[in-house]
Amino acid sequence: MMKKSRRSFLKVAGIAAIGLGASPAMNFASSDSDGTALAVKGKNEQALTAHRWGMVIDTNKITEEIAEKITEICHKTHNVPDFKHEVDAEKYPKTRSVNHKQEIKWIWKEEFHYAFPEKEDEYLTEKFHDLPFLVTCNHCKNAPCVQACPTQATFKREDGIVIMDFHRCIGCRFCMAACPYGSRSFNFRDPRPFIAETIPDFPTRSKGVVEKCNLCAEQLAKGELPHCAQVSEGAIVVGDLEDPESDIRALLKEHFTIRRNESLGTEPSVYYIV
Amino acid sequence: MLEIAIKGSKNYWSWIIFLLLVMGAGFIVYVDQFMNGLMITGMSRDVSWGFYIANFTFLVGVAAGGVMVVIPYYLHNYEKFHRITILGEFLAVAALVMCLLFIIVDLGQPTRAFNVMLYPSPKSMLFYDMLVLNGYLFLNIVIGWKVLEAERNQVEPPFWTKPLIYLSIPFAIGIHTVTAYLYCGLPGRGYWLTAILAPRFLASAFAAGPAFLIILCYLIRKFTKFDPGWEAMQTLAKIVCWAIIANLFFFLCEVFTVYYSNIPGHKAHLTYLLFGYHGYHALVPWMWTGLILMFTGAIFLVIPQFRNNKTLLPFTCAMIFFGAWIDKGLGMISGGFVPSPLHHVTEYAPTKPEIMITLAVYATGFLVLTLLYKLATQVKEEVRG
Repeated sequence: MMKKSRRSFLKVAGIAAIGLGASPAMNFASSDSDGTALAVKGKNEQALTAHRWGMVIDTNKITEEIAEKITEICHKTHNVPDFKHEVDAEKYPKTRSVNHKQEIKWIWKEEFHYAFPEKEDEYLTEKFHDLPFLVTCNHCKNAPCVQACPTQATFKREDGIVIMDFHRCIGCRFCMAACPYGSRSFNFRDPRPFIAETIPDFPTRSKGVVEKCNLCAEQLAKGELPHCAQVSEGAIVVGDLEDPESDIRALLKEHFTIRRNESLGTEPSVYYIV
Repeated sequence: MLEIAIKGSKNYWSWIIFLLLVMGAGFIVYVDQFMNGLMITGMSRDVSWGFYIANFTFLVGVAAGGVMVVIPYYLHNYEKFHRITILGEFLAVAALVMCLLFIIVDLGQPTRAFNVMLYPSPKSMLFYDMLVLNGYLFLNIVIGWKVLEAERNQVEPPFWTKPLIYLSIPFAIGIHTVTAYLYCGLPGRGYWLTAILAPRFLASAFAAGPAFLIILCYLIRKFTKFDPGWEAMQTLAKIVCWAIIANLFFFLCEVFTVYYSNIPGHKAHLTYLLFGYHGYHALVPWMWTGLILMFTGAIFLVIPQFRNNKTLLPFTCAMIFFGAWIDKGLGMISGGFVPSPLHHVTEYAPTKPEIMITLAVYATGFLVLTLLYKLATQVKEEVRG
């Protein structure tokens, strides 16, 4: 009995080994014969590129209206659900009531002491008490979320953008625990009933995956600036942090800026002019 | 050997059917979660892990606690544990089954779970957690089964079980260390960002695991003819005693560091748990209950008259078990998320469906435990008789 099963195991193992050895050769043969295996990866000539994308937010220029406009355009163009949206009962019957604590947001306004809790100060400059501080993903140089992700569904591109593969995400939410800026949201439910108008240029998400700001990678690929920068009336500048000649570097040279919770060593790429 | 599990008394079958009913009810709720998402839970954007992960963390400890009978018996030839090592190993198996189920029910996209193996990510602690948990489960199944089979046939266990047994010891330490590393390596979570987290996890594991084992020994004495031995239970009680004291000591170290250094990001979490924070104090009664249970349990175990009291001991063990469950379960997980990194306070409480699914996972674990213990005790009865 023992001998027999041992022999059959060796047989299977042997066949498997042959298969493994042969497969590269077979792949080679197949790509050689029909020549279509190599897809041409085209790159848009107009695409905006950078060594490390970064963002400067001039808090002096952000008003309530601008902040709202920015959130609106961002969420609209990325099909981010709005739980306050009234659900179309015909299209989505039996939609259950929402839990607003499970909301999804990519860029939103916070008060200073929430955006910068480590800079708590009882004698804080008066104007800071009412200023809207826009917060979003910091596209950290040392991103804890990238490190935490067990499937590399969250990864860092060469140009510094921290981005997600919504189809690989298993929804373990380790990245949400890892993010020290609360920038990530989880789809606790199907978001589609809460999207007023679906924009076909960007995918909608399914339930059970995490999402966050992608610095409008889809816009940059088309050669256009991120939506937030476009509607910000000059309050948000996006550019290459590693290019000494860039607009963003000129701003950083000229103004005193702060980043959120810098002491953690995450190296956020979002700067605030205060 | 498996045939033993299908021959049992009326009580045995009633218990099995009860467990199956709980599992069935929980499964129906899980189907709803599977279809509609984790919206049916009390988790939120700010508290993104809840009851499932809390129970997972606690049960990793129970699984690791099994090693507290393996070390004395196999490393120090402590003969009194001969009868109960198998119980420790099978408890670890049942606890690990629950751990893995808790991970699965917590996933937003459970059908993609194998992505963890398809895209191995050596920088992610979850990757290592998957490796050690499955490794430890495998080791305990193989060891437990082979050793029991040998006992039944009255022969020596195969020679290769020995190295596996030795290997299972670092694995036991490993599962809980890596589980602590899931939390203590995250920069923005002050409550978890402490080097004592892994030692604290191990201390509470070595208390909760053996405490539960003592309770199980009582049940075995009541329902089977197999006697695990009072002396072995007494030794276990001493292990529980020192482990729970170590756990309380580590907790005090944490409290001192946090409050004396006075760093707000670290202090806020403990303050929320112990006294309430900005008017939010849902967990305060829980946390104090846990601390009082653990502290009283420790006192009852230190004093020999109380520890030797056969009527009191199971209650003391239950106190420690539930105290550790609160401390490491809800307290540890919710405490880490409240307040959020932006210092917003969003409180968390599990919903009814969440509790139903949790109970079903526990029922599954208890089913596995019942079947394995049925095997173990029956074989031991046979051999003796």
